[in-house]
Amino acid sequence: MQADSLSFIFLNTVLANNFVLAMFLGLCPFLGVSGKLSTAIPMGLATLFVMLVSSVSAYGVNLLLVALDIEFLRLIAYIAIIASAVQLVEMSLKKYSPALFRSLGIFLPLITTNCAILGLALFQTFRDYNFAQSVTYALGAGTGFILAIALMAGLREKLVLSKLPTVTQGAALSLMLGGLLSLSFMGFAGLGGAH
Amino acid sequence: MSRRTDNRITWETFSEGLWKENPVFVMLLGMCPVLAVTNSAINALAMGLATTFVLVASGALVSLLRSFIPKQVRIATYIVIIATFVTMVDYVIQAISLDLYNALGAFIQLIVVNCIILGRAEAYASKHRPLKSIVNALGMGTGFTFALLCLGVVREVLGSGSLFGISLFGDHFQPWVVMVLPAGGFIVLGAWLLLFDWLKQRQALPQEEKAHAG
Repeated sequence: MQADSLSFIFLNTVLANNFVLAMFLGLCPFLGVSGKLSTAIPMGLATLFVMLVSSVSAYGVNLLLVALDIEFLRLIAYIAIIASAVQLVEMSLKKYSPALFRSLGIFLPLITTNCAILGLALFQTFRDYNFAQSVTYALGAGTGFILAIALMAGLREKLVLSKLPTVTQGAALSLMLGGLLSLSFMGFAGLGGAH
Repeated sequence: MSRRTDNRITWETFSEGLWKENPVFVMLLGMCPVLAVTNSAINALAMGLATTFVLVASGALVSLLRSFIPKQVRIATYIVIIATFVTMVDYVIQAISLDLYNALGAFIQLIVVNCIILGRAEAYASKHRPLKSIVNALGMGTGFTFALLCLGVVREVLGSGSLFGISLFGDHFQPWVVMVLPAGGFIVLGAWLLLFDWLKQRQALPQEEKAHAG
């Protein structure tokens, strides 16, 4: 497979270079919202949507920045785009699915400071992806995020039922679990190669 | 009278970020750079210093402007201030050491979305005087750097058998490669947290017994 073909980009970002487990992006919601499967998956979907919107807009804005020769404003411009995209998701969720809106709570506006999204926008710029590649990259990153957070939530739901020493009933165990998940995702490394 | 005491800068202003409210080990904020760049001690140190600079500079500016920023748009304003300083740091690191810049990669720019900085701007700098905010930000930054070093040192010693690039064990050492890989980051941080939880529990135990006896 060629390194810039769409299917390669997709598989690579979902499995081999998973945003959460291999590149450490978006850990806050990964640790914060992965307590229950029923909130983890909507959170993943919302993140995927924000990723798609901000990836497309970042692509457009970057063209503009390069044309005007003001690339040093890139970071500020991207953050503004992401904040507006999150606002958009928030408003549409509030209108069409108030129940889901309530269950996600504070973590919805916090998608703005999810580094996976800014990271995605920056990486697609660094790698000079064209439009189709950028969208595929966003799709892959979002799917990878859903996969990671759903796996984690499933594990933690099981964990509630088991007897644990009191010391380990905190974030420490979640991190250890994350480590094991990350270790098992290294098995996909052969699919990807260097990023 | 009470206002004056409120503005006093004490050792506590600086030290709460070091231990009691350590951003990484206690508040679990800013996890992404903590795990991503700590595969060697030097990267950890550079990342810590860069973050400390942004923390201090944005804390100072937010605190100076705190009576001019309208409440409704404060978060957006903070983000723009932070992004400005991060852009500066990005160019400075690029000018000082290109190797370091390549090693840290996009994570320098990702300081923008580090929740510690936005959190401090919102919770501290917007409510306190500039000097006090700066001292507090310095404390938080030092605490963050300390945590990064804790991880960076362990991961580099175990994963590459060296410290700050200097080989420690000679040629016979078989490096524990998993420690410099992503999985090692999760496991080392988990281990540190376990250690601190255990220490805290041990500390709390005698006090509880004393309380029962009393």
